[in-house]
Amino acid sequence: MLEFITQHIEMCYLIILMIFVGIELIGHVPSVLHTPLMSGANAIHGVVIIGSIIVMGQAEHTLSLILGFLAVVLGTLNVVGGFVVTDRMLEMFKKKK
Amino acid sequence: MENNILQIIYLIGSVTFILGLKFLGNPATARKGNLMAAFGMIISIFGTIFLYTTEAGAHLHNLGFIFGALLVGTVVGWLIAKKVQMTAMPEMVSLFNGMGGACAMLISVIEFKHLETDMSLVEPSHLLIILLGLIIGSVSFAGSIIAWGKLSGNVKDKSLGMQQVINIGLLLVILVLTTIMIMGNGAYTIELFYAVFTLSLLYGILFVLPIGGADMPVVISLLNSFTGVAAACGGFLYDNKVMLVGGILVGSAGTLLTIVMCKAMNRSLLNVLIGNFGGNANAADAVPSNFEGSIKEVTASDAAILMKYAKKVIIVPGYGLAVAQAQHIVHDLELLLEAEGIDVKYAIHPVAGRMPGHMNVLLAESNVSYDKLIEMEEVNPEFATTDVVLVVGANDVVNPAAKTDPTSPIYGMPILDVENAANVIVNKRSMKAGYAGIENELFYKPKTSMLFGDAKKALTQLVSEIKALG
Repeated sequence: MLEFITQHIEMCYLIILMIFVGIELIGHVPSVLHTPLMSGANAIHGVVIIGSIIVMGQAEHTLSLILGFLAVVLGTLNVVGGFVVTDRMLEMFKKKK
Repeated sequence: MENNILQIIYLIGSVTFILGLKFLGNPATARKGNLMAAFGMIISIFGTIFLYTTEAGAHLHNLGFIFGALLVGTVVGWLIAKKVQMTAMPEMVSLFNGMGGACAMLISVIEFKHLETDMSLVEPSHLLIILLGLIIGSVSFAGSIIAWGKLSGNVKDKSLGMQQVINIGLLLVILVLTTIMIMGNGAYTIELFYAVFTLSLLYGILFVLPIGGADMPVVISLLNSFTGVAAACGGFLYDNKVMLVGGILVGSAGTLLTIVMCKAMNRSLLNVLIGNFGGNANAADAVPSNFEGSIKEVTASDAAILMKYAKKVIIVPGYGLAVAQAQHIVHDLELLLEAEGIDVKYAIHPVAGRMPGHMNVLLAESNVSYDKLIEMEEVNPEFATTDVVLVVGANDVVNPAAKTDPTSPIYGMPILDVENAANVIVNKRSMKAGYAGIENELFYKPKTSMLFGDAKKALTQLVSEIKALG
């Protein structure tokens, strides 16, 4: 286990830094923006689609292909739906006058 | 060379995610932030498709299938996202979150299938990451679907007896099986894998099922950060930095957002997760309406006179406004009163509606300027100088029991102090209790009058009465 961590030490540093960045970013947000923010974050974790593309691009068996296809479709739904819904919400935050 | 370009693309992608999230935290730049993150996502996706090379130096194949899947997902996702009603936004976020969780779950299943051929060569740490992605992804997927079902009214709150014991037991079984798989020497690994898979899905369902509908936003936010962590597991699996950055960022930001939401209700996360608040219908029956005073009904024309001759009016929107789709008519009312020289503001409780900021989004849809939407801490001192407060379809957020009655389930939640205003007009469909299932003493106070009816119809009537006064 120790060996595994030292092999991926760069990733571990990245994880720790990103935890702090995430906390800093959300720390002072007005509650007005909680829903769009949640929705925006929802779209960003759609980055999981990259994993499904990598799996799909190396799939050999029919079953892997079918599951991979499904994974890419679901990931795309997450990404596209997430960003479009967020944009629709934010489109309305126009200041008048 | 190609791999170097891809790494640069991932770097740019990671920066756009961080900046995008940063910009999303400010109303003036939020839209730009969203588009920026979307741009980073698009270049990362296409970069992966064309530039990714395996350790052996091979490019990805099955490009036709990949593009087919992207096309299907884009068309369907776009159509759903464009067509959904603004009031249904919270359940939409939950549904899309579930899709992301399912994607992470499937990645783990496929990766495991690759390993299946020779279990003895599998590294325990590699297996651990696959399992983490599987468990978190499955819980997030199953939980999100239940949350979506609850918000759209298809799934009812349900609690098996001893629900918490069952849930904790289930979680323990999952952990033990996972440990056996990792420590074990490859025996029964395949069977155990599918057992963990099934139990994780079951846990996701049982985890969300007993939580009251009113607490769904908190749950969705929590599941959102779960999916982030599941995505980060994928990042570890493929040594992919952009997945790791995006996933962990959402995981940590989402967790904090969840805690902030709980704080707005003055409850701890644990309390939300184990106390089935809102699901307990007995509370409503147990509390008789033994408040002093009686209900006073007001007609639309009397309410119109009251409002027309006021100097300052504060509107308190709640979920009833969203259900009745009354956001446009409330804006008409605001304009009409402003034309009379009346100061009109909206008081936004942090948990009004079904999600923090739900009311803001809804009112913004009908072009209400966001500087008219005042948050609770700021607006509370203003009620004392307000002539008329119009409560539209809100209940628990104006319930004085939160301050006065320690036995009340919402005791301790900060509320809008509408009772300090000279007059309170409450628009409700009926005397039915709010989401928390408790009576509201406010309705029995002498300065409160009730304007019964569907928010849209009642407000339309109110607007025409004010117009008729000339």
